[in-house]
Amino acid sequence: MSSIALKALTRSIWVFHFASGACNNCDIEILDALTPRFDVERFGIVLVGSIRHADAILVTGMLNRKGAVRLKQLYDAAPKPVVVIAFGSCASSQGIFKDSYNRVVPVDEIVPVDAYIPGCPPRPEAIIDGIVKVIKKLRGS
Amino acid sequence: MSSTLFHYLVFPGFLFTAIVGMIVSWVDRKVTARVQWRKGPPWWQNFADFVKLLGKEVLIPENAAKVPFLLAPLFGVAAITIVSTLIWKTIIDPRSTFVGDIIVILYLLAIPSIAVIVGGFASGNPLASLGASREMKLILAYELPFILVCLIPIIKAETIKLGEIVNFQINNKPILCYPSGIIGFLLGIICMQAKLGFTPFDIAEAEQEIMAGPYIEYSGATLALFKLTRQMMLFVLPMFVVITFLGRFTFSVIDILKYIILLVLIILIKNTAPRLRIDQAIKFFWTRGLFLGIAGVLLALLGK
Repeated sequence: MSSIALKALTRSIWVFHFASGACNNCDIEILDALTPRFDVERFGIVLVGSIRHADAILVTGMLNRKGAVRLKQLYDAAPKPVVVIAFGSCASSQGIFKDSYNRVVPVDEIVPVDAYIPGCPPRPEAIIDGIVKVIKKLRGS
Repeated sequence: MSSTLFHYLVFPGFLFTAIVGMIVSWVDRKVTARVQWRKGPPWWQNFADFVKLLGKEVLIPENAAKVPFLLAPLFGVAAITIVSTLIWKTIIDPRSTFVGDIIVILYLLAIPSIAVIVGGFASGNPLASLGASREMKLILAYELPFILVCLIPIIKAETIKLGEIVNFQINNKPILCYPSGIIGFLLGIICMQAKLGFTPFDIAEAEQEIMAGPYIEYSGATLALFKLTRQMMLFVLPMFVVITFLGRFTFSVIDILKYIILLVLIILIKNTAPRLRIDQAIKFFWTRGLFLGIAGVLLALLGK
């Protein structure tokens, strides 16, 4: 990937939000990051409704049997390059649901995960820190 | 020949319109952010988005009609480029235009919407088809009032040359100063809102219900072209209204201020109005819109 395209990519990350049975806490915190206090649109980050427009897939919630199939399909449908971010304790490590009857494998065994943002739910500062890590990883430093 | 190509591709055609369009869209995003008490993106945000989309993979859905799916965005950009070239040729030299160019502009302004419809139907996605069908109904709704809006300056200046309409306003006063002009201008703003796909008429795109509608299957460069078409329209359409209703456009402070005030007005309407349903939009345009348009045309015919 050329340097100018890479620079543009890190300056304009469009996020697709995949909620796999989250308790809504993480989803609310994502909205917090978009609201006036933190306003991630300053860095060109917006939420998009279609996976075809996405540069990043934000997975929240513990992956359940129905969600796992959809996540794989979504990852295949996304135009590359795309990064996957496991958001919150549940998506990162199955959290308190690790013994649940409905759990399958963790997110990173289905699709390659580029960044984990732990927390229950992560604070907006943690979200922005996670974004910085993703950008650094994309730039390869 | 080479000068025509230069006019079409560089100034005042594609390159110029694209660059200014992206900056104008940044004004849209920035004003929106300020209305919501946010800080908003930096001025080069749309350029970054465009370059990024060019670098992404272009995916074609399995059950899409490939040729129309890929060609639709190109037609949109080509049409809006011609419109911009015609309008700017008129602005630079009002005598350089040809007879009937306002009619050509009216036709060409419909093509970006038709491109959206073709692309939406070709992508073979149910939500895209829904969005495309809404866009089609919306065109049927606003096109007649929009033509009536354009008729008002034509009747006042007694010509179908855009350049002579501009000259008429230079010699007399801007069309907005007549009662019929005020009606036409107000209705023109509403039609412009629908043409640009801004709230209250963003029914086709409706992010919250049908996920970007016709654009849902577009990715990479094709999506970039669609976004570019929209950004260029945001530059060209208010400019069209400025030169048909508010008098000439030069690069003086007052004229640029005229344009910016009109632009911010549309953006503020966009940010403060809720979305209508498609049946409400059609009803609005076919009753009140049509009535207002006919009233304006009649007033213009009476010489007011």
